[in-house]
Amino acid sequence: MSEAEAALRSLFLRGLDGDAAAYREFLQKLSAHLRAFLGKRLFGWPDEVEDLVQECLLAMHNQRHTYQSDQPLTAWVHAIARYKMIDLLRAKSAREALHDPLDDDLAVFAESATDASDARRDLGGLLQTLPERQRLPIVHVKLEGLSVAETASLTGMSESAVKVGIHRGLKALAAKMGGKAS
Amino acid sequence: MKTDDLVVMLATGPTAAPRRAAGRRLAFALFAALPLSFVILFTEYGLRRDLVQAMFWPMFWVKVLFPLCIAAAAFVMVQRLARPGVQVRRAWLGAVVPVLVVWVLAAMAWFNAPPQERMPLLMGESWRVCALSIGLMALPVFAAALLALKGLAPTRPALAGAAAGGLAGGVGAAVYALHCMELTAPFLAVWYVSGIALPVLVGAVLGPRLLRW
Repeated sequence: MSEAEAALRSLFLRGLDGDAAAYREFLQKLSAHLRAFLGKRLFGWPDEVEDLVQECLLAMHNQRHTYQSDQPLTAWVHAIARYKMIDLLRAKSAREALHDPLDDDLAVFAESATDASDARRDLGGLLQTLPERQRLPIVHVKLEGLSVAETASLTGMSESAVKVGIHRGLKALAAKMGGKAS
Repeated sequence: MKTDDLVVMLATGPTAAPRRAAGRRLAFALFAALPLSFVILFTEYGLRRDLVQAMFWPMFWVKVLFPLCIAAAAFVMVQRLARPGVQVRRAWLGAVVPVLVVWVLAAMAWFNAPPQERMPLLMGESWRVCALSIGLMALPVFAAALLALKGLAPTRPALAGAAAGGLAGGVGAAVYALHCMELTAPFLAVWYVSGIALPVLVGAVLGPRLLRW
């Protein structure tokens, strides 16, 4: 097991147990690995890389309940990144890109690129397109860092409605990103 | 929004997630939908009148257990296909071997029977309705399994849809077996297998359309 795998996996598992700091560190390191991994495979479209990194991060966040600790994290991350990349390639229907061997290795963690270029897509703008019952919980809880209870009293929504709003909102955001690509 | 801001946003608030969600959600879907299959059985079909007596015949148990083996193997497959990066490995054997066993039994029965009795062995009394009835019985579990898959992350949606169809078809055939009067291996080999294959095919077609994420 590689060093990066072991480190990322332990951060991720702590995050899944509710440790937000570990989860954040995990996502930061993960985004660097994804940037390097996708950058290498999408060298023809440097502009797409950052968009795809964000899309992968959101997908992995939304699907984090599908990871089981008896499985190498590399395999899980690689499968999602590959799925999202193929989605993008299919949408672009760029034939020459399909000659690039996609499943040659599981080298997601082999390199790391921390310099983020700017994403072309404005995630903040996409957030504005969500309905209020999804946008407000995300803005208050996720961006301003309020608790679910505070957000509930602020917006007049019930606590479970706030949680559902965050959950559905992030899913919708991921879907909108995918939609934009195609 | 910069990627770092997205990271901060995602890590703010509750990050905990349920473990083993795939298996539990699919099991929940199965057991929530199974009663509906029995409702269809009781309202539209009814149990076979000699069910208690039939329980002493080995062929009755072949008819119930071979679809259940397929369903069990398909359950393992679908919960693996629902998680990114997990291989299906040998689970497909559990779905294929029961079919092969029934085909061997059918071939033996077919060639041991005198030629004029072969067609009745194959067609029985109910070949017209068998496969479609199994499909109907499979419908609740099929819909529930696809719904559960929508909340999971199948990276091979056609295969995942087909495996969900195998689960539903296996369960549907086992439920239908409590009504059906046929007891010959050639009948099972053709009509039961077709009935189970029906949701498998539908799942393989619907998977890529419904299970995008």
